[in-house]
Amino acid sequence: MIKRLLAVWHARNLEFVRDRPTLLFTLLLPVGVVIGMSFIFGGPPRPLFKVGVLGTDVAARANPFRAERYTQFVTVASEATGLSAVTHQEIDLLIDFDGGVRYWVNTDSPKGYIVEKLLIAADPGARRQPVTGQAIPYVNWLFPGILGMNMMFSCLFGVGYVVLRYRKSGFLKRLHATPLSAFEFLTAQVLSRLSLILFVTVVLYAGIGAIIHFHSAGSVALLLLIAAIGSLSMIALGLTVAARFASEEVVGGLLNLLTWPMMLLSGVWFSIEGSSRWVQWVADIFPLTQVIQAARAVMLDGAGIRQVTPNLIYLTAMTLVFLAFGAWSFKWRID
Amino acid sequence: MPESAPILEVHNLVKQYPSVTAVDGVSFAVPEGTCFGLLGPNGAGKTTTIEIMEGILPPTSGEVRYRGEPVGPRFREEAGILFQKTALQDFLTVRQSVALFRGLYERGLEVDEVLQACALEKLAERDNRKLSGGQQQRMLLAIALVNDPKVLFLDEPTTGLDPQARRNFWELVESIKARRKTIILTTHYMEEAQLLCDEIAIMDGGRIIAQGAPQRLLREHFAEVLLELPRQEFPEPARRLPLKLFDAGDRVEISTDDLDGTLRTLMEARVPLQNLRIRPANLEDLFLDLTGKELRT
Repeated sequence: MIKRLLAVWHARNLEFVRDRPTLLFTLLLPVGVVIGMSFIFGGPPRPLFKVGVLGTDVAARANPFRAERYTQFVTVASEATGLSAVTHQEIDLLIDFDGGVRYWVNTDSPKGYIVEKLLIAADPGARRQPVTGQAIPYVNWLFPGILGMNMMFSCLFGVGYVVLRYRKSGFLKRLHATPLSAFEFLTAQVLSRLSLILFVTVVLYAGIGAIIHFHSAGSVALLLLIAAIGSLSMIALGLTVAARFASEEVVGGLLNLLTWPMMLLSGVWFSIEGSSRWVQWVADIFPLTQVIQAARAVMLDGAGIRQVTPNLIYLTAMTLVFLAFGAWSFKWRID
Repeated sequence: MPESAPILEVHNLVKQYPSVTAVDGVSFAVPEGTCFGLLGPNGAGKTTTIEIMEGILPPTSGEVRYRGEPVGPRFREEAGILFQKTALQDFLTVRQSVALFRGLYERGLEVDEVLQACALEKLAERDNRKLSGGQQQRMLLAIALVNDPKVLFLDEPTTGLDPQARRNFWELVESIKARRKTIILTTHYMEEAQLLCDEIAIMDGGRIIAQGAPQRLLREHFAEVLLELPRQEFPEPARRLPLKLFDAGDRVEISTDDLDGTLRTLMEARVPLQNLRIRPANLEDLFLDLTGKELRT
């Protein structure tokens, strides 16, 4: 038995070592992940709470609350911006040190509750101000992110692996012998996946919305448009990844390389406000960030098409670029 | 059969890979309405040649012309192709698989018509993965015929089929031939080539080593009959007899145009003749004669 086991083990090792792209990718991926994570999460211990401070000269404020550890203080330019961040739970508390300490907190936020206790312990004179407008529960803030994340996985993995399987089985080679062009094939894949994703997203929206009693502040039709254009861009990205490769390891690795940073940095679970500028810059590149930003604006703030047009333009441009690149680099068969 | 204008012309085709020249200066023309066979052992360059003709593989150099023009969109509309191995989309029935390909062409036959032509009516609603080897090939032939092609490529279509399924497939191909379709066939089954092909090109090492109508080639190379004897029954000293001898697997073959004289010589040398077989030459013998190698290697 050991002999047979060793024979199979050896053959698999040879296969792996001789598959150069996979080998290279397997070796480089962990290095890349370590480097990336060290940039994102490295440095001093990360704060637990995020407090917005009105005004620009944050360091000059001499209040005992400023000495709290694991609390990040970010400058907020105006009260309106700060209140919006509090209601959306992008910050846990907004504070104004001018003329007696005043603060605003979202009563639906667990972290807001704790950071408020810390503030009162440090400065018993701090006065809570009413938060005008409806405070948004975390689950409502999370809802667009969950929908977006589900779309992302379905778009990238659902399309990438299917094209890879078609290529490996020789089905693509057979299609290549017909008048079908690469662009036609890719477009058909996009549209097929798009209809499926829109159906699933609508069902999820209605189902989860009913459970958490969520009602979109903005137009549901606009949300559907955002979902459609966002899905298109991520399907096109998945097709671009699968356009050339014939190895599951390479395609799987590339898809993971795309989905993990998007899941962490696109604002699915938490706001990246207050992160370093380059992290925010990277996050803004991701299509998922654009989808979630636009969806939150519509669902939570009632934004109209004018407010989300920049996101939609960006997503449309990404779709066209990815599709064009995918069609250009597409391979029907394994060499 | 009267000569007609070539529907396909292959000019000095070369396909070079880093370590091997798969096709090395191949040229031929295929008249319309004929069945043209590319014969040769595995690795001879048949599939590479046919895939370049189909437009699936780019040649390193050389050219393929369809109706006098470089292979292009018109060719893709008018060609039907059956690859050596083809996978289809999972979870589709036979009818749905054929309909998928019908949708890729501007013109063609009705799906039911093609299913009937390939004797697939009773299997139409079956999952395409649940077909036997012969049924699978018939379905792939149906897909190749769905655009009512002017030229049909069949790359080793009966490899791996049992004898009955192979004969059924040949009958289908003969019915297609009867409709004056041009067929390009690669095979290493000599019986298949002799039965179906009007003209053959024998390939070895990426080159064409003989070309013509099968019977004409055999007449040109063999004025004789062949005597076959089991190798283990053939005494070693008899190899020194003045005879035209070949080793062919477990047999020794003797080619002669003087049957009586050869039999006398063998009897005088006390060669046991109880397992002697006498037969006319076939394409396999022709390949052996041309290359010194057996075809099915």
